[in-house]
Amino acid sequence: MTEIATVSSGLVAPRRILKPRRASYWRAVGRRLLRDRVTMVCLGILAVMALAMIFAPLLGLYDPLQGSMIRRLKPVGTPGHILGTDELGRDMLTRLIYGGRLSWFVGITPVAIAFVVGGALGITAGYAGGRINMAIMRITDVFYAFPSVLLAVAISGALGPGIGNAIIAMTMVFIPMMIRISESVTTSTRNLDYVEAARSTGASALTVVRVHVLPNVLGSIFVYATTLVSVSMILASGLSFIGLGVKPPEPEWGLMLNTLRTAIYTQPLLATLPGLGIFVTSLCFNMASDGLRAAMDVRA
Amino acid sequence: MLLYTLRRILYAVPIALAVSLVCFMLVHIAPGDPIDAILPPDASAETVALVRKDYGLDKPLPVQFGLWLAHVVQGDFGRSIANRRLVADELVSAASKTFILATTAASLGFVIGCILGGLAGAFRGTLIDRAAVSFAVGGVSVPHYWLGMVLVIIFSVTLGWLPSMSAGPGDWAWDWLHIRHLILPAITLSVIPAGLVTRTVRGVVVEILSQDFMTTLRGKGLRRLMLTVHVMKNAAPTALAVMGLQLGYLMGGSILVETVFAWPGTGMMLNQAIFQRDIPVLQGTTLVLAMIFVALNLLVDLIQTALDPRMRRT
Repeated sequence: MTEIATVSSGLVAPRRILKPRRASYWRAVGRRLLRDRVTMVCLGILAVMALAMIFAPLLGLYDPLQGSMIRRLKPVGTPGHILGTDELGRDMLTRLIYGGRLSWFVGITPVAIAFVVGGALGITAGYAGGRINMAIMRITDVFYAFPSVLLAVAISGALGPGIGNAIIAMTMVFIPMMIRISESVTTSTRNLDYVEAARSTGASALTVVRVHVLPNVLGSIFVYATTLVSVSMILASGLSFIGLGVKPPEPEWGLMLNTLRTAIYTQPLLATLPGLGIFVTSLCFNMASDGLRAAMDVRA
Repeated sequence: MLLYTLRRILYAVPIALAVSLVCFMLVHIAPGDPIDAILPPDASAETVALVRKDYGLDKPLPVQFGLWLAHVVQGDFGRSIANRRLVADELVSAASKTFILATTAASLGFVIGCILGGLAGAFRGTLIDRAAVSFAVGGVSVPHYWLGMVLVIIFSVTLGWLPSMSAGPGDWAWDWLHIRHLILPAITLSVIPAGLVTRTVRGVVVEILSQDFMTTLRGKGLRRLMLTVHVMKNAAPTALAVMGLQLGYLMGGSILVETVFAWPGTGMMLNQAIFQRDIPVLQGTTLVLAMIFVALNLLVDLIQTALDPRMRRT
């Protein structure tokens, strides 16, 4: 962070100096990431999962919704159904891949929305200070006064099941977190000398934020957002697990985990597979974001 | 200190009010007429009229909030739609069950976290450190409802050592008959605080070990054990704060684990309320759990400042 903090003085046309230096900063980040073996493995696993989900219709899989009553709960390793079949005779591998689509979608979307909305509000609060800061931060405090899982469950419970409602509820959980982190990094940046200098040259607030504050805080805010993805994945599937969020017969990891609970006596390995998907995704996102934090050299 | 305590408590009052406002709004964000959210569909016309008048549902929202708050502070959370019982009655027994589970899990997580974090910090860069850090990452990344299922498969289904359901017969007691029901859910719920406390304690220990007074103590010829005592004394407030907050999160977030183990606490109540679209139960439970969380936050903050005045927030 200090590396980019010293880049522009604000007295010289900032764009010309910023551009080449920022490129070299990102090149350095890339180099550090490539050298970090753990992070690269995690990113690789995530990439493979993402590709499988995107190209699922081309992989020659079964129909994720079409079951067969005579092929119910086949064990892992059954010929033709490499990961077995679920309680309605649907192919597990197919449902795991299609299920990942929804799990990832419901897990990542709230963080993405919160990154934009919470980031904007937090930077506004941090840069404006004073009353605006007070107003935004006090409202944030209220949502912080709820345990996050409880808040998500309460809101989506009141709204009723459904993917849209789950996403709304989780966004409400993550926006305050994004506001808090963005506000704190922006507040510490706005008091730096070079920002002060830029202000004293008569640059408008918008210009100062765009040119001097944003490049400095976005890294921290982004890294923080990536750490939330792991939590969000667990929470998203958790909501579907308790009957909120995704509704049957759509495949989704949390929901599949719930419907397979009755099978723990007959097919224990099969019943745990969807949870493994959540675990691997969440673990990889967590480690990748740790690696990213180290590579970008940000504290947040 | 007294002034600070008073100020913190005063600051918690508007927060508590705002939290109850959010809970109040839960009925209003539910789709449809609020009366349908708090009364069963077959309620008689007289009941509907009575409740509508009692809660001022024909009046503007701020008035409704006031009337609702007046009920709530007297411990009246309305009646469950599903079984017409008072929400408050069910909440007391459920909250105590959740409290047992959450405190056990938090204490377990705290002990595990302190040991692993302390070891990792003391032996930084070694295999022990790596193992502890991996455990911490795993602990915060694992979907605990899935971990619960895996533990059930291992210890209940396969080995048959421990029960997988409920909190034991009758009222709770600290005997083996009941404790065996507590073991699996408590372990499941403890992995999150264990991971977080490990991470925190490790960081603090590393930082303390690099400070000047540690060099002095080492120069004095203090044994490793005595050094550890000094380190832990300095790390304790931070670890305690993490655990205090985690206890609040566990109280409010145990719904998933309680669902897996059919533990009859507030989480089960919430789960059933969601299934039956029982908004009064959802609302009352959320409010009580959020208030406990606010109180715990306040308590943690006050204890922490008492232990270490540098932590004081203005």
